[in-house]
Amino acid sequence: MTENMSRLLRLVFIAAALLVPLFFASGYQLFQLTLVVAYALSVLGKNLVTGFGGQVSLGQGAFYAVGAYTAAILMEHFDVPYWATIPVAAITTGIVGLALGLPALRLGGLYLALVTFAMAVSVPQLLKYKLFENWTGGVQGIVLLKPDAPFGLSLDPDQWLYLFTFAVGAALFLAASNLVRSRIGLAMMAIRDQPLAAEAMGIELARYKTLTFGVGALFAGVGGALGAIAVGFVSPDSFTIALSLTLFVGMVVGGAASISGAIYGAIFIVFMPNIAEEISKAVPGAIFGLILILFMFFAPGGIASLVAAQMRRLRLTR
Amino acid sequence: MEGFLHQIISGIATGSIYASISLALVMIFLATHQINFAQGEMAMFSTYIALTLIQGGVPYWAAFVITLVVSFVAGIILQRTVLEPLARAPILASVGAFLGLLLIFNNIAGWMFTYSLQPFPSPFGAGAPILGGLLSRHELGSTAVTLLVLIAVWAFFRFTKLGLAVRGAAYNPVSSRLVGVPVARMLALGWGLAAAIGAIAGMMVAPIVFLDPNMMGGVLLYAFAGALLGGITSPLGAVVGGVLMGVIENIAGAYIVGTELKLTTALVIIVVVLVVKPTGLFGKSLASRV
Amino acid sequence: MAETPIVEAPILEAKGLHAAYGQVRVLHGMDFVVNTGGVTALLGANGAGKTTTLRAICGMARSTGDLLFDGRRINNLPTEAIAALRVGHVPDGRGTFMEMTVEENLRLGGYIRRDPIEPDIERMFTYFPKLKDRYRQQAGTLSGGEQQMLAIARALMIKPRLLLLDEPSFGLAPLIVREIFEIMRQIIVTERTSILLVEQNAALAMTIADMVYLMETGKIVLSGPAAEIRKDESVRRAYLGY
Repeated sequence: MTENMSRLLRLVFIAAALLVPLFFASGYQLFQLTLVVAYALSVLGKNLVTGFGGQVSLGQGAFYAVGAYTAAILMEHFDVPYWATIPVAAITTGIVGLALGLPALRLGGLYLALVTFAMAVSVPQLLKYKLFENWTGGVQGIVLLKPDAPFGLSLDPDQWLYLFTFAVGAALFLAASNLVRSRIGLAMMAIRDQPLAAEAMGIELARYKTLTFGVGALFAGVGGALGAIAVGFVSPDSFTIALSLTLFVGMVVGGAASISGAIYGAIFIVFMPNIAEEISKAVPGAIFGLILILFMFFAPGGIASLVAAQMRRLRLTR
Repeated sequence: MEGFLHQIISGIATGSIYASISLALVMIFLATHQINFAQGEMAMFSTYIALTLIQGGVPYWAAFVITLVVSFVAGIILQRTVLEPLARAPILASVGAFLGLLLIFNNIAGWMFTYSLQPFPSPFGAGAPILGGLLSRHELGSTAVTLLVLIAVWAFFRFTKLGLAVRGAAYNPVSSRLVGVPVARMLALGWGLAAAIGAIAGMMVAPIVFLDPNMMGGVLLYAFAGALLGGITSPLGAVVGGVLMGVIENIAGAYIVGTELKLTTALVIIVVVLVVKPTGLFGKSLASRV
Repeated sequence: MAETPIVEAPILEAKGLHAAYGQVRVLHGMDFVVNTGGVTALLGANGAGKTTTLRAICGMARSTGDLLFDGRRINNLPTEAIAALRVGHVPDGRGTFMEMTVEENLRLGGYIRRDPIEPDIERMFTYFPKLKDRYRQQAGTLSGGEQQMLAIARALMIKPRLLLLDEPSFGLAPLIVREIFEIMRQIIVTERTSILLVEQNAALAMTIADMVYLMETGKIVLSGPAAEIRKDESVRRAYLGY
């Protein structure tokens, strides 16, 4: 399987992923797939921070919430069109990520995990706080209208939203892919594997770690905004620690140090609960937990590593 | 002024519950350099076991003791099966395992016992505030219990041979093995103790906040803050930090930010401690080998 | 071949000992003995594999070949089990329990003992009076020499049949080292324990050893009774540097 062939195959996959659901999937399935993209972006942000950057952060759900609420507030209170909220959500969340990253990253390791965990736990309370109620809609949250397809395209709202989200997602995935291959990506991985050596080589740990953290937040923010638009409302209890944990599971199951892993992970997050409910109506969360532990023992590199191992075997046996 | 005093005393009462969980966290951190994110859920699950026993007709203190034993054993089993194999794994793996346990305990509790709030009995009586209106009977009782537990744990580590061995295994596993201490078993013992302590904390806090699967979320956060505030390498610090957090919670809630931002308060304390003095009030920096 | 007198079997015997850390092989077929009641010195430069030899005995490195303690094969037993056989190990770097007091260090040393250990602690004080002065002090605050004494005392609390000493002179001032080795001579007489001593300082080791082995990159290149090697100046100069 040559380089060109695999690249072609990848393009075919991507085109199929876009077009097949667009024309063959039901409204609900399109909604689920749109959510897959939104979550994939958030998981991708996590992959960048943890898988490539080596920092364990448990607060991605908080950034998702920031992006979601930014989009909602802009649309609700300022009549900003949905597509314009995306870049604003991205920048806002990115800045929040940078601001939080500066102190948090001095800690690293378990302490960072602890702080981001605390962050994620306290988000719903913050969102319900009376002082911000006028903006956030308090406990009830904000309801959003699903946008119609522009330019009179003959697509219904679900189809248009999927196309839109897919396009944004694809652009960001491409950016992430380039980032990882760039000098910045190499620096991140050097910091992850051998922080002392990296520092000795002149890589400023603080700067890269903060940058990575900000980028990861940005991705989650975009995911959150897209997700909010797709779901049609935001409310504080949608963004509990459970969301951060779900994204974490997605990262691990998909494969933390991998771009494509984010996609596997997101598919897992969105579709697994349905399957889990077949097994036992009551405990999809527990099954998530069990799968998480099993992956830690048997496939710490996630599905992506299993796939990569298979591909290597295919190439070797030729 | 009396209101202020009441807040402080009441804060000490809740603080001692936080202190128990902080102590459990510090014990596990000292022994394994891992943070037990699932500590709260384990305690919650133990409390449900106690409730089930009590509802089944078992008298309170018998149920209490049975729950302790079950939790102790469960802690040992967890350490041996899930955590020992991951002891040398990268942070991501062990954090993942803890989060997995968190999810499992939380969801299974919700499935087995439903998510609705349930009252949990207090063995000290639900009577009106005593001591001049400063403390409820339960607050006084639970403070006494947690204090007793903390003293017992301290005595165990300080005066018994087994406690010495557990400390040795935590501080210097290699040298411990050289003198014949079965380190793996000691770590498991430490985990069993932590689980039992958590169970006590859960049973003391449940009468106050009512029992539901998410009961320990806030408690855990405050316990984290307390452990960091006191110094995550110091058991004494854990206790002091936990009690302080109880007081801070009440003071901040009554006079500064209101009762709706309790979790944010804990977050702020955590961040402040880590930025200003990461080793906390009593902790020592752990030198890491280069 | 001369008739060898019947003596007690060696307390420790290695035959064709290979050892590795994971995939990295460090020892390549070593033969040596520690006579019961005797002192064997294992000498060699840095990286020769001396510490690995001690680790192999304690089950901290994977070994093949034969390691016989009292005639019994002990390869790859867990470290705790080796201690239970009454093998005391004074590791390189001392292995002090820094956060604990001198008292606690000694008590941990006697962990596997079921009988009262107070008499042994008293005996340690006769060897190392400084430890008595610092009994309740935190071990991390002791000087290097004192920590070395503590480490030896700790290992002696087991009432070991075999004492493993890993570079006791390392990082210590010559005066302290001489003091420690003086005390060691007393200990050898009183405790009647056998000793396997690993040292870079050959001259020092030779003052108490009765068997000498010289290691180079995982193999033994020179061996013999200490008395003979001491007499042979050319060997001393060439191999032991003095």
